[in-house]
Amino acid sequence: MSAANVRPEEARPLQRSRLYWAFADGWVLAKRNLVQIPRIPELLVFATIQPVMFVLLFRYVFGGAIDVGGESYVNYLMAGIFVQTVAFGAVTTGIGLAEDLKRGLVDRFRSLPMSRSAVLTGRTIADLVRNVFVVLVMLLVGLLVGFRPEAGVAGWAGAVGLLLLLSFSFSWIGATVALLIGSVEAVQSAGFIWLFPLTFASSAFVQTDNMPDILRAFANNQPITLIVDTVRGLLLDRPVGPEGWQALAWCLGILLVFVPLSVSLYRRVSAR
Amino acid sequence: MAEGRPAILAEGLEKSYGTTRALAGLDLAVEEGTVLGLLGPNGAGKTTAVRILTTLLAPDAGRAEVTGLDVVRQADELRSKIGLTGQYAAVDEYLTGRENLEMVGRLYHLSKKYSRKRADELLERFDLTGAGSRLVKTYSGGMRRRLDLAASLVYSPPILFLDEPTTGLDPRSRLAMWEIIGELVSGGTTLLLTTQYLDEADRLADRIAVVDTGRVIAEGTADELKAKVGGERLELVVSEDSDLRTAARALERHAKGGAGGGVRTDVDRRHVGATVEGGARLLVSVVRDLDAAGVQVDDLGLHRPTLDDVFLALTGRAAEPSEEGLPGHQEKETA
Ligand SMILES: Nc1ncnc2c1ncn2[C@@H]1O[C@H](COP(=O)(O)OP(=O)(O)OP(=O)(O)O)[C@@H](O)[C@H]1O
Ligand SMILES: [Mg+2]
Repeated sequence: MSAANVRPEEARPLQRSRLYWAFADGWVLAKRNLVQIPRIPELLVFATIQPVMFVLLFRYVFGGAIDVGGESYVNYLMAGIFVQTVAFGAVTTGIGLAEDLKRGLVDRFRSLPMSRSAVLTGRTIADLVRNVFVVLVMLLVGLLVGFRPEAGVAGWAGAVGLLLLLSFSFSWIGATVALLIGSVEAVQSAGFIWLFPLTFASSAFVQTDNMPDILRAFANNQPITLIVDTVRGLLLDRPVGPEGWQALAWCLGILLVFVPLSVSLYRRVSAR
Repeated sequence: MAEGRPAILAEGLEKSYGTTRALAGLDLAVEEGTVLGLLGPNGAGKTTAVRILTTLLAPDAGRAEVTGLDVVRQADELRSKIGLTGQYAAVDEYLTGRENLEMVGRLYHLSKKYSRKRADELLERFDLTGAGSRLVKTYSGGMRRRLDLAASLVYSPPILFLDEPTTGLDPRSRLAMWEIIGELVSGGTTLLLTTQYLDEADRLADRIAVVDTGRVIAEGTADELKAKVGGERLELVVSEDSDLRTAARALERHAKGGAGGGVRTDVDRRHVGATVEGGARLLVSVVRDLDAAGVQVDDLGLHRPTLDDVFLALTGRAAEPSEEGLPGHQEKETA
């Protein structure tokens, strides 16, 4: 091939292993998504305002009417807010991917000799960073409205670690949903359909004890409750039971299922 | 790559979307270092064919190979040998032009330093240097298109696919694009480009494949295709309705193939057209005849065949609009 033969040394592709490129390409895409965050400030602002409103709503409107067994409600609430905020980050992931699909960028990426997982890892990692920022803002707001965590260093590390893992694993669910349904608007609506029951039929805002039997059975055994209970226990320096391991297992299980699933969907996804 | 093997080869490609048959047995062969123009109306299946050849879409049936690599089984390997610019600009709105190109370079696994250098070269080449540090969302449609084309050249791949590369470009950018494509080809790049314009195919392509309803209905050099259409068309518009028949009869004498040889009249537009051969000399004698017959003419001209003419000749119907499958304007054969 004449064009290839005259290619100067510097213009030749680097030769590395597949695994190396999975990381390197993923990092190129993550950087691409990260530099965009401050360029679309609206997105970050809305991603922050919504949970702030939830904090204020639950703290001042519903809080007085919700009994959490002697605990101060704001202390009870904040773990729920953190988890909800991070979980809803999955929708952001899905919307971003759906937009890449719509704009034909996924087509371009799929025609390049890059790693097949990079578009997805790049996006989920960038959304992880975004979530760290949003959670920090939430923490600040929480402290302002009376949240008083009692965790030590280990407690904080555990809680933050679990939140990051939750963010990362739920982002892959969001990516899978986007690859399955494609359109930006549909991804947005679908996000609310699967995330609302998970976050509200949980211990995020109320104790599950007062729920009707069936709902309580669901609430007590679904991942959000397990994660919220763990984060709450860690932040308030209460003993954490088996829910800690269960929460961890859920996140890892989600990754185990949704990473390969979304990568295989990505391989044959079509823009139109 | 094996000697004598076409750089791009498609055999019996089929693809359906639900009940829509986008490709119905498409065959193509493009020799290394040559340019094939895929010419066809909206919905003919051009983009579908390009998507299959660039590994984005798997065919339902048939097979295709590019540089000897199967587009389905050896897709991963193939991607490092091709460049694609799709029909719709695929550039990132929230990156600058330079960042877009650098990113593509990195994803072709070129070094950081070279990716940057190449980005600058291409920005310059595509007249985007001034806009290189601006976010793409501030670009005009034509600028995006140029950036999109630049992106497919970052690695100067041996095989390039361009889906309607000049649609939406102004005449100057189109010329510049043609020039760049010409250079690439003289550098040995094999190119498959789709277009709806015969003049573009004419100018750029060594061979042209006319695609309609998912298959190739004619293939050859531009001259061969034009010969099928039957050379030039002479078109005239008369001032008075009553002169229409006289003018048509005068044209019949000059029409290629004699009376009825592709003479068409359009009563509403007072228009008569015929396929002719003979250039300017013929034009003079037509004018003389019309003058002798006392026909007043508003407009008269010779024009080279268009896609529409190729289509009329090849399929007996106008190229557009394809949905209705009928000519858009009312023309009928003269009695
Ligand atoms: N994703 C899709 N879903 C359903 N139908 C599709 C899809 N993509 C293409 N088609 C249909 O397949 C046919 C061929 O489409 P294709 O895009 O290949 O045509 P084209 O020759 O590129 O047309 P154009 O000149 O308008 O770009 C059309 O009838 C189109 O409606
Ligand atoms: Mg097309």
